[in-house]
Amino acid sequence: MSAAPEQAFPLPDTTGIGAHYWNALREGRLDYQCCSRCHSAWLPARTECPKCLAAEWTWKIASGKATLISWVIYHHAYHPWFAKKLPYNVSVVQLAEGPRLISNVVAAGTTLRIDMPLQLIIEREADVALARFKPA
Amino acid sequence: MRGNVVIAGVGQTAFGKCPGRTTLSLNIEACRNALADAGVEKEAVDALVVKPPTSNPEFMYGSTLAEAMGLQPRVGGSWDQGGAANISLISFAAMAIEHGQCEIALVTYADNPRTGSRHVYEKAWGDDAAYGWFGVPAGYAMLARRHMEEYGTTSDQLGEIAVAIRNHGAANPNAQLRVPLTLEQYRQSKWVVDPLRRDDCCLVSDGAAAVVLMSAKRAKQMGIRKAVPILGFGQGQTSWEVPLRTDLTSTGAEVSGATALRMAGLTPKDIDVAQIYDCFTITVLMTLEAYGFARKGKSGPFVAGGRLAHGGELPTNTAGGLLSETGMPGLQLVLEGVRQMRGEATLQVKNAQTCMVSNQGGIMHTHSTLILGQWQ
Ligand SMILES: [Zn+2]
Repeated sequence: MSAAPEQAFPLPDTTGIGAHYWNALREGRLDYQCCSRCHSAWLPARTECPKCLAAEWTWKIASGKATLISWVIYHHAYHPWFAKKLPYNVSVVQLAEGPRLISNVVAAGTTLRIDMPLQLIIEREADVALARFKPA
Repeated sequence: MRGNVVIAGVGQTAFGKCPGRTTLSLNIEACRNALADAGVEKEAVDALVVKPPTSNPEFMYGSTLAEAMGLQPRVGGSWDQGGAANISLISFAAMAIEHGQCEIALVTYADNPRTGSRHVYEKAWGDDAAYGWFGVPAGYAMLARRHMEEYGTTSDQLGEIAVAIRNHGAANPNAQLRVPLTLEQYRQSKWVVDPLRRDDCCLVSDGAAAVVLMSAKRAKQMGIRKAVPILGFGQGQTSWEVPLRTDLTSTGAEVSGATALRMAGLTPKDIDVAQIYDCFTITVLMTLEAYGFARKGKSGPFVAGGRLAHGGELPTNTAGGLLSETGMPGLQLVLEGVRQMRGEATLQVKNAQTCMVSNQGGIMHTHSTLILGQWQ
């Protein structure tokens, strides 16, 4: 029996410019974009460099080292999929290479604090590879 | 152009639930009341600018509204900037009047998320929904956590903001929520998204408000006695996505407030009463320090001890703001600023000569500031 549509995992859009990012996670890498002209680095995926507007860029592999910028704890599920996870955290994480992303810190029993060092862990959920982090 | 343009009239609908009313109908009622307050005939209006309804944006809404009001204004349209749009539209209309593009402008806004759809406030943030990242409150909670961890801001300090504003709302007969709040009750309030509690969050409301603008010269010619001069305004913006902000505790409120104060020739010490956009308590806290009422990171201690309460050093949101009067974004704060400058507020601040008003939208992404003064 398949789950009702409203209980389905909210799948990210793995087509278009973001396809490479999600495929890389599936292959065990967290890739970010780096401008060929001004060398600025960014996520999420875009067609032009948001700093110098160049359309020439390459994908690079992140080291997986990161720091915790901020986090919140949900006590109410805005989507049925997350009801079983309550309470759960959503965090802003900064990669050592610069780009920032929304993620979850997997740290049962650890007190979170801003600027704490984190390490990438790639976890599968509903057959999607997600970039999560644990205390380093 | 300090003081060259005035708010000549204000109008509103009932706040709270307006079932069965369209936003067009609500806008028209607010405009009708604002024109009557100013003593201006509809036929004299040659500018109509409107913030599109947040919860149900429509194509060319400004033109639809003009048609429903039988207006073909010289200057017209809608401006999409979230909750900052109302003060931004007031500033654009003031500049248009100053430069002869129009003479009498209506700025209006209506929405009905309480009895209509509020889906827009609970949406997912794109692909990040896979991590459980949903809803507007979480965005503000993310800013609040960083402020608390970086500067030692406490939950009780956020609570002091809620207590002051909710108590002001309790005194306002037109407020949607007339229930006062104690710090003890605040502490018992349930988490929405930790670190924000239910009492940190604004109301969801139906309703509309409108203002009439004209030159001070025209207001004098027309003998309008209750006109309120616009002394200054400004705007500022920070990055759209919360995770992409270099500094989570800095926003466009800094440049917006500085621009408005410079135009008005004032400093924060010269401000007698404040109307600060309070979609969430953290928004008030961060806006006050961005405007220079407190140093960066020191807004927590600043709001403690009843400083924002009526009778305090900086009475703030004296009609109850978004937390109590109505959750509709922004214009109610301008209306209360006008009442304070006219000396007609329910919780009137004695001898108030200046009022600073903030509007902001997104997750503190867009910001606009208005400074009102006294009619000479
Ligand atoms: Zn570049």
